[in-house]
Amino acid sequence: MNTHPLLIFIAAIFPHNIALTYILGMCPLIAISKNLKTAFGMGISVIFVVTLTAVINWFVYNLILLPTNSQIISYVIFIITIAASVQLVEMLLERFFPPLQVAFGIFLPLITVNCIVLAVSLFMVLREYDFIKTVCFASGSAIGWAITIVTVSAIKEKLLLIADIPKGLKGPAITMIILGILSLAFMGFGGMVKIR
Amino acid sequence: MNLITPVILMNIILFIITVLLIFAESVLVPHKICKVVINKERVFTTESGASLLSFFTKNKIFIPSACGGKATCGHCKIKVLNGGGPILPTEEVFITQKEKSAGIRLACQVKIKQDIEVYLPEHLFEAKEYQAVVEEISSLTHDIKHFTLKLLEPKTINFKPGQYIQIKVPGTEEFRAYSIASSPRQNDRIELIIRLVHGGLCSTYMHNVLEVGDKVVFTGPFGEFFLREESDKEIICIAGGCGMSPIRSIILYLAELGMPRKVTYFFGARTKKDLFYVEEMTELEKKYPNFKFIPALSEPEPEDKWEGEVGLITQVVERYLDIYMNGRYEIYLSGRYEGAGVLESYLCGPPPMIDAAIKVLTKKGVHIENVYYDKF
Repeated sequence: MNTHPLLIFIAAIFPHNIALTYILGMCPLIAISKNLKTAFGMGISVIFVVTLTAVINWFVYNLILLPTNSQIISYVIFIITIAASVQLVEMLLERFFPPLQVAFGIFLPLITVNCIVLAVSLFMVLREYDFIKTVCFASGSAIGWAITIVTVSAIKEKLLLIADIPKGLKGPAITMIILGILSLAFMGFGGMVKIR
Repeated sequence: MNLITPVILMNIILFIITVLLIFAESVLVPHKICKVVINKERVFTTESGASLLSFFTKNKIFIPSACGGKATCGHCKIKVLNGGGPILPTEEVFITQKEKSAGIRLACQVKIKQDIEVYLPEHLFEAKEYQAVVEEISSLTHDIKHFTLKLLEPKTINFKPGQYIQIKVPGTEEFRAYSIASSPRQNDRIELIIRLVHGGLCSTYMHNVLEVGDKVVFTGPFGEFFLREESDKEIICIAGGCGMSPIRSIILYLAELGMPRKVTYFFGARTKKDLFYVEEMTELEKKYPNFKFIPALSEPEPEDKWEGEVGLITQVVERYLDIYMNGRYEIYLSGRYEGAGVLESYLCGPPPMIDAAIKVLTKKGVHIENVYYDKF
């Protein structure tokens, strides 16, 4: 139980990579990994949104839901806070940082429905993380996911240039294979850190 | 377990968040009136914030779009002259380098934030939204059906033979494109030929749900693929499967004009059970000596007892063009013959067929600018 927050952070990036060991957040990994630049933008937005929503949800859960004994509605509330905060962030970006909005903001609505945003909030409750651990876990998971999508898109760009992919494997099929191999590779990190 | 508190709490939180968002929107999102100039002459004013695509739809300008504004189909390409802002990462997948420098954007991704100037091809203004009712449904083959839609509002449609319309899939914001299979002279109803695509959103609906008397909403006509009437060249039409639709429209139209130009129509299918409209076409062939219909099967079954052409439709076209050239060898020698360059060609079918057909035609001397095609 008394894992150091830094360990949780590293564990969430590598051995417990949310995309490759928990197989979460697959839709954008398969759909938006065609181009390295786009994948990078998506990755950055996910890091931002996941960390932000996990923090908000930690406060909502520990300050509102736990004291009133209303854990039963945490799923609904988490989704609502995620959707609302993403909307708010999009409006803020559009108003005050238009260049950022152009580069990353357009991914925000797509991220709302990304499974890892909700998953991180649920894991945080399940594993009873305190605030510091939640921040570490959320940012770590998101960075791990961003690393995965950037890797996958880089591999796919390279494949497009040099490989003669069989007809039946083009598109999502080859992405699945790449993800499978990456997932096997990440199992190699398994012995590095153990967290619950 | 006490359920009242959580439910009340949930409603309170929902209420607070909604109020917060509405407040944030009124403070943060600028509300200003923007000008949208289309083709330098049509000027609209609108409140900022909406996408160009929804602005067009609101103003009854219908541009092709299938996915409902999610940047997944790439059909809503338009030319933005200025005021569109930088190109977004969601668009880059669909827009080539060449299109990028020409100012092509996806209308569903461009948000109106300032005065904006766009260019739309004139024919798009002819596209309207039509209400129609299904008049007749019949099966042509095991997986292809023929639909007749009678127009309710507006009551008539003007289109060029070869163009397509987009049917709105009920309950969604999505559209699917189908070529019109009837002659434009019959302007109070249109006919469609639709193949059941496995898992297809619209074709499943059209085949399995739609009944005679049901209402259908569609927009159109669209498309650069249509009969060039200003030309008097001989025509070669090549179609595969449902590619029959626009070609049938072209041929019926020409037949109504008395077949003023020589037309040869190659129609490819796999087996005899995939062939359709053979009788109709053969009858036209008998009536008009200028018209020749050549159906071909690529994989005829023994029980088909098929005596016509066999092979991929492109191979059949190649053989025909060889004979065509040979017959004119003497004229060719005398220097008066321009080869297959006197031909104009209309192709419709699956992309591999089109690509192969273009190769064959150009190899035989048909000028590429006289080859018109519609891939689906």
